[in-house]
Amino acid sequence: MTPRRIKRLIGRGAFYLLLLVIGLYTVFPFYWAVVSSLKSGSALFQVEFWPAHPAWDNYVAVFREQPFGRNILNSLFVAVSTVALSLSLALAAAYALGRVRFRGRGLLLAVILGVSMFPQIAVLSGMFELISGLGLYNNLLALSFSYLIFTLPFTVWVLTTFMRELPQELEEAAIVDGATPFTIVTRVFMPLMGPALVTTGLLAFIAAWNEFLFALTFTLTSDMRTVPVAIALISGASAYELPWGNIMAASVIVTVPLIALVLVFQRRIVTGLTAGAIKG
Amino acid sequence: MSTHASRLTRQRVRSAWLFLAPVLVVLALVAGWPLLKTIGYGFTDASLIDPASAKFIGLDNFSYLLLDSHWWAAVWNTTVFAVVSVALETVLGLVIALALNAQFPGRGGLRAAILIPWAIPTVVSAQMWSWMFNDVFGVINHMLLALHLISHPIAWLASPDTALLSIILVDVWKTTPFMALLLLAGLQMLPQECFESARVDGVHPLKVFFRITLPLLKPALTVAIIFRLLDALRMFDLVYVMSGNSRDTMSMSVYARQQLIDFGDLGFGSAAATMIFAIIALFTAVYLTVARVGRER
Repeated sequence: MTPRRIKRLIGRGAFYLLLLVIGLYTVFPFYWAVVSSLKSGSALFQVEFWPAHPAWDNYVAVFREQPFGRNILNSLFVAVSTVALSLSLALAAAYALGRVRFRGRGLLLAVILGVSMFPQIAVLSGMFELISGLGLYNNLLALSFSYLIFTLPFTVWVLTTFMRELPQELEEAAIVDGATPFTIVTRVFMPLMGPALVTTGLLAFIAAWNEFLFALTFTLTSDMRTVPVAIALISGASAYELPWGNIMAASVIVTVPLIALVLVFQRRIVTGLTAGAIKG
Repeated sequence: MSTHASRLTRQRVRSAWLFLAPVLVVLALVAGWPLLKTIGYGFTDASLIDPASAKFIGLDNFSYLLLDSHWWAAVWNTTVFAVVSVALETVLGLVIALALNAQFPGRGGLRAAILIPWAIPTVVSAQMWSWMFNDVFGVINHMLLALHLISHPIAWLASPDTALLSIILVDVWKTTPFMALLLLAGLQMLPQECFESARVDGVHPLKVFFRITLPLLKPALTVAIIFRLLDALRMFDLVYVMSGNSRDTMSMSVYARQQLIDFGDLGFGSAAATMIFAIIALFTAVYLTVARVGRER
């Protein structure tokens, strides 16, 4: 072999080593959670990279020792209702911002982008008062409502960029046929916006499913908690004895569906993420 | 014809405002009003139990805040967290983006794999890593001991020297994928001719990277870094789950929430929250100005 070929071979080897390290680095922590969740009793406290005697005890215990099934339903309800509200409100707004020229449009877009930069803590006390005033404290509707602060700006922004790229001729043809703006949005644009709605809906769903600060602050009892709060507050017999097996099992349960969603829709998620950041 | 057209335009503009109204009302309700209330409470001695009996006390909360060493510790922790984690994420994200930009079998699979940390809820990643960082049973101490890199187990999260570092490492793991994907999208939009002519001329790859790739990628890098910095400045979940209200790691958001909810001091907590808002608003204003200047050039 010539020295040149050896050098190329080493370079290739190093590149594949780098890829392997990247893969291990990203996947190992979750793999370790799965392995730990399958170990029961004292096996949990021994470092074994493959569970010798996999057991489901932790998974059973999570549902037995706290209302975890209820917590999952709570999270589903909050995330789905937040997504439905954001998408229907944002679709109408995106039509106005993306297709109609009017004074103040640029300013409105800037304001909406500004709201997406709001730190949640800055509205926490005002929101707490509003929610108590509406009688929604320790109620899931408080979460569906307050989550709009971060899902709405983002969905409006991304749907507007998608709406702008739809061909002008379609709308003109509809106008000639005498269609009202409402018909144009629901009959002409909505079917074309399908992929964009799926992408933004998915991103909004993940954001709502993962939210912690509002859920921690606006709920009180364990049967009203969403999944992140339940997982953060799982406690054992004493403060020094956390039930790590249960925590890992709960973590795996709520993460597997998300990973499945991400793997199925990965192309769309990447498009959505980059559309939100780069075009903005 | 022209009067007809202008009538149509007016009708369109009217319905545009009609379509926008619900979003504007909701945003005013979930963002505008609570923000104004928070700022207003910052100037009172309101308590969480009975906000109605609040009295106006001027700037007292703010002057007390500026004298509180816990607040400054929180500001320092947040700054260290934001700067160090975003710097590490940028370097790592760039390496991953460059690797994914090359052609190799299994590229799609690896790109999907790096989305996993991004999709995992922050609370879950905090718990997963707390378990891995566990001083007695944790896999990290186990591996480091087996490799003889450390002589005795380290209490990663309990020791003030390593607690913030551990939290930074978790954030880097969680958000590097986002960075990598943004930078990858940026890389794929670069004009290919520059790279081809550099290769024909036999320019060293490192020189290509520093002279061509990096300068061309600068706009995408700037946007990604500022996005992440804004996010890091308001971070709450990781710190709260991994080390609670411990002073060694407390972020600004954790500080404000502790005052507001745990201590029930609505006035003082609101003042702290207002400060955080002011800091982030300043950052956003700088970002928007930079973005506009960049676009005009």
